[in-house]
Amino acid sequence: MVEKRNLPIDDFLTALLHIDRIKAAEIFEHIYKDDRSFETLEHLTMETLERIGDGWEDGQLSLSQVYMSGIICEELIEQYIPKYKIAFKNKPQIAIAVLLDNHALGKRIVYSVLRAGGYDLIDFGQGLSVEEVVEKTMKEKIDILLISTLMLPSALKVKKVVESLRKEGSSASVVVGGAPFRLDSNLWQKVNADADGKNGTHVKEIIEKWEKEGKNHEFHGASHNINES
Amino acid sequence: MNSMERVITSMSHKEPDRVPVFHLFSHYGAKELGISIKEYFSDPGYVVEAQLRMRKKYSNDCLYTFFYAPIEIEAYGGEVVFVEDGPPNSGEPFIKNIDQIVKINPPVIKDSKPLQRVLEATSTLKKSVGDEIPIIGVVMSPFSLPVMQIGFEKYLELMYFRKDEFNQLMSINEAFCVSWANAQLEAGATAICYFDPLASPTMIERPTYLETGHKIAQKTLNQIKGPTATHLASGIGLPIVDDIVATGSAVLGFSGKDDVKAIKERAAGKICLLGNLNGIEMASWDKEKTRIEVKDLIKKAGKGGGFILSDNHGDIPWQVSEDVLLEIAETVKESGHYPIKAEE
Repeated sequence: MVEKRNLPIDDFLTALLHIDRIKAAEIFEHIYKDDRSFETLEHLTMETLERIGDGWEDGQLSLSQVYMSGIICEELIEQYIPKYKIAFKNKPQIAIAVLLDNHALGKRIVYSVLRAGGYDLIDFGQGLSVEEVVEKTMKEKIDILLISTLMLPSALKVKKVVESLRKEGSSASVVVGGAPFRLDSNLWQKVNADADGKNGTHVKEIIEKWEKEGKNHEFHGASHNINES
Repeated sequence: MNSMERVITSMSHKEPDRVPVFHLFSHYGAKELGISIKEYFSDPGYVVEAQLRMRKKYSNDCLYTFFYAPIEIEAYGGEVVFVEDGPPNSGEPFIKNIDQIVKINPPVIKDSKPLQRVLEATSTLKKSVGDEIPIIGVVMSPFSLPVMQIGFEKYLELMYFRKDEFNQLMSINEAFCVSWANAQLEAGATAICYFDPLASPTMIERPTYLETGHKIAQKTLNQIKGPTATHLASGIGLPIVDDIVATGSAVLGFSGKDDVKAIKERAAGKICLLGNLNGIEMASWDKEKTRIEVKDLIKKAGKGGGFILSDNHGDIPWQVSEDVLLEIAETVKESGHYPIKAEE
């Protein structure tokens, strides 16, 4: 159960923005020793990361702060999940990849946020071709595929990924992210993606929304009716 | 007025005959010549031919000798990945771990074939155009280059937690950046565009930038023997206008996400603005949309000079149609003549 009373969100936010790992760990430990639930820690983490993500969206915070905050939260959640004797969620089956480019920061940010949110996901890596992404997605029976890109030509190749997946019989939902999609807010639709993942917490919200849609949904990409942008 | 006079007038915060236009064409030249991007950059003759052709075709007010961002990585011995429809990209970072930094030496320009090709293109263009039109050379800033040298994640670790190694890499990069910029100026470049995307608060928070990249820019630009423009490659610039002015740069390449009126006000009389058409969106514009965007930008940013119309990333994407580029030129000819009525 999430206990929102007296949650030190502002203090945690300050610790993350100052890359103060010690202070952030103290806040986590204090909540743990107070016998509060894991969901409370998760709520603190996601609420804070959401504020940081929003801060980047409106130009108040930098990408480096988003990245470092995600890494610290991921480290903390990794430490506390065993203490609470709970497991990472491995359903739906999620994977993340960088298409063609070797610049992996965006992928790492989303990976960290989802891990901090308790999701187990597969990192396919970076610099992957369309064929490699499709092959890995089919092999691992992925439900949700997160694709990060840096350059416009790579972003446009998402369309080919979606086409190939459908041809192979996969209904994996595709969430895209990265600079080209930020600079053209309609691009995700042009490449037939199912959603535009603007930042890590936004991607988590998309996944949660799809999860809540339950049995009727079953992660059939084309049926999503969510304008995530 | 010729292009050089037009640009110099605008950079002096005065109104020339019309708004100058910098179409920053790099790999787009291959499209113009109908050859592959890899072949295009293998011969400086192709770059010269395409630059001269595109200058005429699109009424461009500059020649741009930027080949591709990772050319400096290539000079360090790193990998460049060519694609058929976009700018060449850097491959796996060549610095695999932070401890390797002590062993790195800056590239020697005369020994680097890729850099020599850029210098040859620059000097050939200079012989062809003289002082009629500015030739813009390009360097990556010492502060931003490590994203390609070591990867962004490791670089942030270096910047925040490994100060000694960070400073060491900055010294190496600064030495190379200065010599590479000055070599281009000696070959005939009129000015140097200093690409520094990490200076933008989109990427690095301003307090950290002021302690690091800003000091590095001041030191580096001070050693470059010609005028410089700082380009943020789509990152926002409004919060750091005065910081960039303090580095000595004469021009700031700003973002499509910047508030044009606000940045114009802040930059007035201090630094010339370059931008800020959204190159990614431009790939799906039609003629009408192009006219609307260009007219709106001229109204907001043109008055009083101190403005050069350009894209916001410093590289026209392959996917942008010729029609859109021609329409930009036409609209500037129609609506970009001074005096311009500012938007109410």
